[in-house]
Amino acid sequence: MRFHFKTSYDQDINLFIDARKAVSYGLLVAAAFALPFVIDDFYLGEATNVLIWAIAGLGLMLLTGQTGQASLGHSAFMALGCYATVLMIEAGVPFLLALPLAGIITGVVGALIAIPALKLHGVYLAIATLALAILADDIIVLLGPWTGGVNGKIAPDIVIFGQALNRWSNPVEWYYVVLVVTIIVTLFYRNLLRAPMGRAFAAVRDSEISAQAMGVDVARTKTIAFGLSCAITGVGGAFMGMFAGAFNNETFNFLLSIQLLMMIVVGGLGFIHGAFLGAVVIAFLPQLLSIVSDTIGGGVAIPGLEAAVFGGILILFLLFEPMGLYGRWLKIKVFLELFPFARKDMFKRQKSYLKTERLR
Amino acid sequence: MGVLQLLISGLANGCVYGLIALGFVLIYKATEAVNFAQGDFMMLGAFVTLGLVNPEYMGIPFWVALPFVFLIMGVLGYLLDLIVLRAVFGQSQVAVIILTIAIGFIIRFVVGVIWGHEPQSLQSPLALGDVRLGSLVLGLADVAVIIVTLLMTVALWQFFQRTKIGLAMQAASQNQMAAYYMGIPVKRVQGMVWALAGIVAAVAGILYASKGSIDPTAGFIGIKAFAAAVIGGFGSLPGALMGGLIVGLIEPFAARYLPPGYSQIAPYALLIAVLLFRPHGLFAQVRAKKV
Repeated sequence: MRFHFKTSYDQDINLFIDARKAVSYGLLVAAAFALPFVIDDFYLGEATNVLIWAIAGLGLMLLTGQTGQASLGHSAFMALGCYATVLMIEAGVPFLLALPLAGIITGVVGALIAIPALKLHGVYLAIATLALAILADDIIVLLGPWTGGVNGKIAPDIVIFGQALNRWSNPVEWYYVVLVVTIIVTLFYRNLLRAPMGRAFAAVRDSEISAQAMGVDVARTKTIAFGLSCAITGVGGAFMGMFAGAFNNETFNFLLSIQLLMMIVVGGLGFIHGAFLGAVVIAFLPQLLSIVSDTIGGGVAIPGLEAAVFGGILILFLLFEPMGLYGRWLKIKVFLELFPFARKDMFKRQKSYLKTERLR
Repeated sequence: MGVLQLLISGLANGCVYGLIALGFVLIYKATEAVNFAQGDFMMLGAFVTLGLVNPEYMGIPFWVALPFVFLIMGVLGYLLDLIVLRAVFGQSQVAVIILTIAIGFIIRFVVGVIWGHEPQSLQSPLALGDVRLGSLVLGLADVAVIIVTLLMTVALWQFFQRTKIGLAMQAASQNQMAAYYMGIPVKRVQGMVWALAGIVAAVAGILYASKGSIDPTAGFIGIKAFAAAVIGGFGSLPGALMGGLIVGLIEPFAARYLPPGYSQIAPYALLIAVLLFRPHGLFAQVRAKKV
């Protein structure tokens, strides 16, 4: 157990709580950069996939984990980010400009959509965004002349400083591009949480009425959270489409947004680490299942198995570990640090009783 | 197809949406949670009936099997609440949303494993054929669907207004703590609501399967039922039915009068329009929360 002797108020919002934390995260980043020297191209591709899911997950985490709003429509924003990036690249915009621009476009569209939707109760928002995700599929088909409709589009190579990076022939460079974006997004996210806006997000999540009483403009805060969340997810979607090589309306099916939501819950709602842990689970689960079914079931593919296993994992987590994988890690850590003084109820949450928001 | 024919088939589709929406509203009224698996419940109800009735499975006569179907679905609903949902009692709504979506995935998988993924049709006495009235051809199933739905809605409405359990369910939904102080066994009442929703889903499933074939992905029409519930206003039983009818009517008319590709959009476009202009539905009963 380490104690932090605080000598100024600013210490509470330091990026790293102490030097040890800074060193350990530095080592993690160094290890991520060294990864291509250790593993082969196949696993590097998997690692890239994990990072892409993590970017998209961070976007949704900002909305669901920090601000407490459930969105089932983030697949629509992933699609928007992806199509915006690819269309801009095809129009001659360099990749380094197209990617952030696509993020901004997605964010602005998201915020505009959020303005009416966020006045609503949590459940209504979930349904409105679900409708949006389904609409996105049809709209992509209707906009066939630009989006390629059901035939889809072939993702172009990423061109950075005149270097064309192909997803198949330059996996190492691709990995580094995604890694750098992931680090930028993570730092942005972390800094946002230290800023007044991030505090307002948490206030809205914990109690809208209290937040309002403290002078937080709830509607504005939610709109900004939705916009930022969409922007980050849009960047993740852009990478996901380009990593797949080719994409069409089916790539960004509404099931993708449900997967994304499940991923951050399994990882741990409200923690940056949670997005990464969830991404690891979602990227490696299909591989694991195919290995298991190869050895046990003789390679018979069972449709829906993946979704069902994931659903089962999710239910178990919600019942027994609502804080997700990262929450479990925190509990283990506290147990070890306080040994033998850790108690079972240290993480127990107070139950709240429900009063209707519909009055008759 | 004449306009009248479109109207009847639209109404029949709308009734199925309305019944699923009724299931949402029941659970929402009682527990302030939304069951995203209600569409899959409907599909499960249809397959349970199919498994009992169809000659290639158990071959029990339809009317004998019916009580068993309701019993199975009611018990399933109650158990689901008892084992899974009671554990997240008092947690945020987001947890319940995610939980029910996960349950939907599992139901879809289990049904696929047991009954396969091929579309199958239910040997239902409701699917008898067509009635001819002049140039008008009405599916008997369509007419039956409309009648059963109307009866069901009236019965449920009376149940909530008149019976002790129905009132207890309303009370439990408005303030859990206060209801508990008044001697209402809140948890058991909520379990009963889930059982009731399971039975309503079974009715919807049987009606849906009588109108055509059914396969494990049929649960996705639950999304249209969401649109219906929101359009009608969550928390209002007649509203849910009306919303279902509106969505059901929009579909065939949009398919007929709009250019191809736009007709699937119509229900969702209406949903978003309703959310924009009347955010709490056409039959709203919401006011701002007071401290």
